[in-house]
Amino acid sequence: MINISDSATKLNSLNRRMFILATAKIIILGGIVSRLFFLQVKENKKYLTLSDKNRIREWKLPPIRGEFKDYFGNTIAGNFEAYQLHIIPEEIEDFRYVIYRVKELLELSEKQFKKILRKKNEIKPWETLIVADNLSWEKFSKINNHLYDLNGVKPVISISRDYPYKENFTHVLGYVSQANENDLLTNENIKEKFVPGLKVGKTGLEKSFEKKLIGSNSVERYEVNAYGRRISQLAFQKGDKGETIKLTVDTKIQELTNELLKEKAGSICIMDIYTGAIIAMHSSPSFDPNAFVFGISQDEWQLIRNNPMKPLVNKSLSGNYSPGSTIKPIVALSALENEIITPDFTVQCKGHKNPLELYGQTYHCWKKEGHGFVNLRGAMKQSCDTYFYEVARRLGVDRLSDTAKKFGLGEKVFRDIFDNEKRGLVPNTEWKKNALGRNWVLGETIITGIGQGFIQTTPIQLCLMTAQIANGGYKIYPKIVANDDIEYLDKFTPLYKKARNIKIVQDAMFSSTNEIRGTSYRSRLDDPKYQFAGKTGTSQVKKITERDRELDLKTFEIPYEERDHALYIAFGPYINPRYALSIIIEHGGSGGTVAAPLAKELFKMIIDRHEIRKNYDNKKYLDI
Amino acid sequence: MYQHTRFNNKNNFFQKFGNLDYVLLICLLILGFISLATMYSTDGGAVLFHTRSHFIKFVIFFSMMIVISLINIKFWFSLGYLSYGIILGMLIWTINFGITASGSKRWIDLYFLNIQPSELMKIFIILCLAKYFHRMKAQHVNSFYAICFSLIIIFVPMSLVIIQPDLGTSLLIAISGIVVLWFAGLNHKYFFYSCLFSIISLPIVISLLKPYQKLRVLTFLNPDRDPLGAGYQIIQSKIAVGSGGITGKGFLKGTQSYLEFLPEKHTDFIFTLYSEEFGFIGSVLLLLIYSIIIYRVIRIGALSRSYFAKLFCYSFGTSIFIYIVINMSMVLGLLPIVGSPLPIMSYGGSSMLATMIGFGIVMSAKTHSQQSIA
Repeated sequence: MINISDSATKLNSLNRRMFILATAKIIILGGIVSRLFFLQVKENKKYLTLSDKNRIREWKLPPIRGEFKDYFGNTIAGNFEAYQLHIIPEEIEDFRYVIYRVKELLELSEKQFKKILRKKNEIKPWETLIVADNLSWEKFSKINNHLYDLNGVKPVISISRDYPYKENFTHVLGYVSQANENDLLTNENIKEKFVPGLKVGKTGLEKSFEKKLIGSNSVERYEVNAYGRRISQLAFQKGDKGETIKLTVDTKIQELTNELLKEKAGSICIMDIYTGAIIAMHSSPSFDPNAFVFGISQDEWQLIRNNPMKPLVNKSLSGNYSPGSTIKPIVALSALENEIITPDFTVQCKGHKNPLELYGQTYHCWKKEGHGFVNLRGAMKQSCDTYFYEVARRLGVDRLSDTAKKFGLGEKVFRDIFDNEKRGLVPNTEWKKNALGRNWVLGETIITGIGQGFIQTTPIQLCLMTAQIANGGYKIYPKIVANDDIEYLDKFTPLYKKARNIKIVQDAMFSSTNEIRGTSYRSRLDDPKYQFAGKTGTSQVKKITERDRELDLKTFEIPYEERDHALYIAFGPYINPRYALSIIIEHGGSGGTVAAPLAKELFKMIIDRHEIRKNYDNKKYLDI
Repeated sequence: MYQHTRFNNKNNFFQKFGNLDYVLLICLLILGFISLATMYSTDGGAVLFHTRSHFIKFVIFFSMMIVISLINIKFWFSLGYLSYGIILGMLIWTINFGITASGSKRWIDLYFLNIQPSELMKIFIILCLAKYFHRMKAQHVNSFYAICFSLIIIFVPMSLVIIQPDLGTSLLIAISGIVVLWFAGLNHKYFFYSCLFSIISLPIVISLLKPYQKLRVLTFLNPDRDPLGAGYQIIQSKIAVGSGGITGKGFLKGTQSYLEFLPEKHTDFIFTLYSEEFGFIGSVLLLLIYSIIIYRVIRIGALSRSYFAKLFCYSFGTSIFIYIVINMSMVLGLLPIVGSPLPIMSYGGSSMLATMIGFGIVMSAKTHSQQSIA
């Protein structure tokens, strides 16, 4: 009996406790359900986003770069299809075998081979290993023929920069190369579009117009797993190609300038005197920018860097030269404008025996025998230094510098388009006081009158100066991008006081080229269609000593670094002028013998091409 | 009289079949089917190793459960101490000759299968304690001797599992044992005091934990502490469940698991995958099936005549409930991560074997509900 009551107590307690627990269980179950509800219904959106963030990853592809065209629509910097070889290591069964096979087929050197193996170790096995980035067609087809043997090797065609005219446009366009850390830091735009292998402009217009050229990335959206491996492509968003930029340059003329400057260090700039359009601008020696696209080899780079003719410097824009006698038209103009002289003002040049003497300093004319009595026209024609010493002395440096600045010297011609452009220097008394802390001395004025001393100009400035004299003395703004339609308020405002003064200077330049005893008489073109007017210049690199004067050495007898720079500025045709140019040959010798003959070649072509250019403007070619 | 009994006995076999709890059986079959489908999904929509193995195990163990259910509950009652002793022996064997995997010795090699005795202990400790308390008079339950003895029964296997080391399973073994003590009528104040004691001693226990276990606790408190390391599992699991939404992403379309963001998706985190693919509705449905199963188990207990059967059914039902709650709370970020499988759903032979033995004994209690045990 006891037993029964005992088991009854036990059962009672058991059932009671079961009831308590059952209640607790229901509460706990409710808790779990509410947690599920919270996660799956209330917070669903948040977790769905997180899940998508987990599984979807975007891959940016390199954007396709915009092209550069010349005035006639020829591509001067384009894109080409580079043949590349990609390998995804994990997709290959026997990596060692394949890579040795590839090495054999491509005839890779030990060094290149080691570099590839090192690269392979740096990446994840499912990432792409670029074995070769720019294969020749022969090697590419060789690989394609052996594909049966090379499981997992992918021949790929990728878009890359190409400069079909090689060294011709190097200094205008610059070049592209792999974006480096510095590019990313300084340019937000590059940073935003960066992908490994992205190539960006390093110098020249490629750099200045980076924002327009770069284009936008294509985006591939992939579903990835937890380890980052791509599972499937979800979307492909095609990017836009960068803008195509049309330049004002004429490839034919540019090629001629390159031809003419071959083996020389120097620059040629050619400009339309009304529109300011740059027809050609070349700096020599140049180099092939294609070498930089896939990274230049150390040896090649050293060769370019250590070349004494400095191929890396764009001499047209960043070469500061003493203008020498090419400044004389401005000196003459300034003197006429300020009514210091009349065209009939005459000075006697007595040659080396009787140099101009001032405060114990002597100032020689370049001609030993002297020019005798010369007026303005005669002095310009024969480039008489004595005459201009006298004119400069009377004029004073401040008035001269005003005129020079008006005509574009001492200031950047392209404003901010080229980051390597130099300002040059047009000195005046105030400048010297501020910069050097000393007073201006008269002797400095006198040598400034023949373009020596402090005065420094870039070839493009000289070209602009000539253009503004040639167009009758009106202000123009040079441009190199064809559809650059910035409206300058002071465009075509006269830079002169009396139009007649410009005419006098033009006529004097005419005589220098086209009349007997003119400094560039031998380079003249007699046909009025091509006839041009110019001014030679020979700028000293080193002060001429008495000993030098006695020796009177020929150019080739002097060490290269001490030879004079040869300069020439000109415009043509003389009747109805249209184009102006400036030529400088570094250490070339005298302007008349070295620089001026190039102008002859150039003007023939420039004026022939003018018709074509005009017709192209009128779209006659398009109508045919 | 003798003949009558024999006739009865013959009839008894079919009667036993008729007496099986078919609701429970069907629920278990549905659960098995769901678990197979989920396993199929973890294999990426193909019948691979896990699915095949899970299927084979389910079929074998389910049949075994039916066999067990046909054997008299008296037999299981008599086996109570012996089976406990055998498993204890296996645990000791494990410590010496066990198979080491991922840093702990949990398995023993029985040549035809690897078995995890700690999982079996979760069931057999209930059997053992139920037998112990069945014999005891009500007034003796709270005696010092009884409490000490039962605590030793719990503590020995628990400590053997802890040194494997496997904190999760040892906790589950302890919980199973404590559940039996609770049902046996141990005074409430003991539970209250021991709760109080464990809360006070918690800092000391934490200081004794292994570094990875400490990390788990810390990570639970703040999963964003180390999102790619220790917090990764919780975060990814929550993302998977949360992104499932009301209706889920669809069968075989769970991106989190398919793309391998989910850790341990075959075992402890199987519910995450299920919940991602079938959503809130599916999850509640699964909970409902589990609830029915537990309800049926408890109902069988309630209908049983013997105290042993009642005690076993109640304790087993409650233990299963606790396993489910711990597993789900873990994947839903409500509890720190301790290794605890979801009964039947998770991949793992020993766990399923233990669970099925448990259900078998429950079913045996059903078929022999009129059986009283002396």
